[in-house]
Amino acid sequence: MNTAGNDHILQLEGISKFFGTVISLQDVTLRLRRGEVHCLLGDNGAGKSTLIKTLAGVHRPNRGRYLVEGTEVQFSSPRDALDHGIATVYQDLALVPLMSVARNFFAGREPVRKLFGLIPVMDLHHAARVAEEKLAEMGIAVRSPHQPVGTMSGGERQCLAIARAIHFGAKVLILDEPTAALGVKQSCNVLKLIHTARARGISVIFITHNVHHAYPIGDSFTLLNRGRSMGTFSKDQISKEQLLDMMAGGAEIQSLVAELEGRAA
Amino acid sequence: MSATLPTATVTRRNDEAAVNPDERVRRIPLWRSLMHRPEFGSIAGTLLVFVLFGIFAGNSGMFNLDGVMNWAQVAAYLGIIAVGACLLMIAGEFDLSIGSMIGFAGTLMAVPAMFMGWPVWASVLFAFAGCMALGWLNGYLVVRTRLPSFIVTLAFMFILRGLTLVLSTYFSNSTIVSGVGDKVAADPLAHGLFQGNVLHGLFVWMSATGIITKLPDGEPIVGGLPKVLVWWLVVAVAAGFVLSRTRFGNWIFTVGGDASAAQNVGVPVRRVKISLFVLTAFCACLFGVLQVADVGSASADRGLQKEFEAIIAAVIGGALLTGGYGSVLGACFGALIFGVVQIGISYTSFDSDWYRVFLGAMLLLAVLFNHYIRSRATTGK
Repeated sequence: MNTAGNDHILQLEGISKFFGTVISLQDVTLRLRRGEVHCLLGDNGAGKSTLIKTLAGVHRPNRGRYLVEGTEVQFSSPRDALDHGIATVYQDLALVPLMSVARNFFAGREPVRKLFGLIPVMDLHHAARVAEEKLAEMGIAVRSPHQPVGTMSGGERQCLAIARAIHFGAKVLILDEPTAALGVKQSCNVLKLIHTARARGISVIFITHNVHHAYPIGDSFTLLNRGRSMGTFSKDQISKEQLLDMMAGGAEIQSLVAELEGRAA
Repeated sequence: MSATLPTATVTRRNDEAAVNPDERVRRIPLWRSLMHRPEFGSIAGTLLVFVLFGIFAGNSGMFNLDGVMNWAQVAAYLGIIAVGACLLMIAGEFDLSIGSMIGFAGTLMAVPAMFMGWPVWASVLFAFAGCMALGWLNGYLVVRTRLPSFIVTLAFMFILRGLTLVLSTYFSNSTIVSGVGDKVAADPLAHGLFQGNVLHGLFVWMSATGIITKLPDGEPIVGGLPKVLVWWLVVAVAAGFVLSRTRFGNWIFTVGGDASAAQNVGVPVRRVKISLFVLTAFCACLFGVLQVADVGSASADRGLQKEFEAIIAAVIGGALLTGGYGSVLGACFGALIFGVVQIGISYTSFDSDWYRVFLGAMLLLAVLFNHYIRSRATTGK
């Protein structure tokens, strides 16, 4: 395993998080190297969401240390994490369907210009141009940056959310199940997008329960099971089949397969 | 496990979905994109109402200058609170205490001026400070407790109406505090801001040239533009500008569209909501003060049901009850419809009892229409 060094952009060391009597995370260590795609795998209830929210500054861990570029941090809000260049794209994408693409792209970080050199107004022209440009870079052609986000498909929305995070200087991109609700081709587009982000030197934490999505794109893999880490593996250390076996449910699937084959025979 | 993708599909790179203009985009005609504006319904409604009253009351004097001023003033009063209610609704909250706040503001202004010897300007300032503090409290309770604003402001609707009665009967032994009008007239600041008309000279000149009718004593039939209309214009232009052009406006839409998304992108959700509750309280207070200055007395039953009229005007104007969508211009047209119908119906041969029936029907129609338009707009049809 890696030793903690400054090639890690983000480190969680022995993190525990409790909610009342529930142990949501127990002594979890996660180290993200600069410019890698790190897949966080686990079934439902494995503690993935809690881990993301800890990374994003929503939760504060009860135990353990959180380091960004080697220095320990304590985030009191998601805003703090954003200021450190850690951007989280949640499953709900934090997009407002009734608002336009441009307005969504800049929500919370509106570009401001001075009207008559005096009154601060939102620079909608700039917002529209940048939103359209950044989406085009991601391979999405929007009809108009003023169309409501509600008119876009799930994959396009995912791309919009990722493009937005990258545009606002994310060094670390945390993607919460970005392919969960998508079709085949759209999932493929999102995986390509992750590849693009990595090529630009952005480190990515890709949360999923789908090994078939994680394995092709991932550089290293951390498995979570019932709040504990089952270890981190780099791609050359582990095969897809081994990953599948290790995931909660792998054994169940195999016994199911065996049972079904037994019935067929 | 949703293992639907074979690995081969995922790893294949040179897919044809590169950046080229989407061939599945069709042009939409201009009138269709106009229909997708939130205020379209209320503008169409206003036209409809004007046509109807043009037919049934065309030569009854409703569209003479004095008639116009008559319904325009009603629309202006409602318009002021409708603008506040509209912004708050776009941010996803309600304020049912607007109507009671109007009565309360009047009493807050009248009592110190009449019974404590305060100068009127100070009591007006006091009323604004008191109402805005209450608006802040409304907002604070809503964001703090996460209770629906419906319940919190419903409580204040009763609390404030009750307090208005208590204050009024305690000081004046009656539900009406009268004589405030003369005091306002004697106070240059309060009089200048809230009482009477502007552009008197222009109207005199217009009557001299024969553009508008002269009364037997030589004065023009309308002495000027009532100040409430000016206030409506100022409030509406300012609110419309903030909503559509500023950062804060974008925050309002985001907060109402999806509060947790707003939180996640770093919008100060609580601050936005609380400041809009303060704004509705400000608008209600402005209504109350203008009315007291105009009528000359404060009364405990002022502003009764105005909260509903303001919400209806905002809804007719295209605002969504669930937040995230609406327009100030729309709310203003919604208020205009109110003014025209409420006053106009007495110019027709219809019984004025039909007023509420008509408004209820109008509300239902507007909601259905807006719902239809919005679902088309968001699904891209």
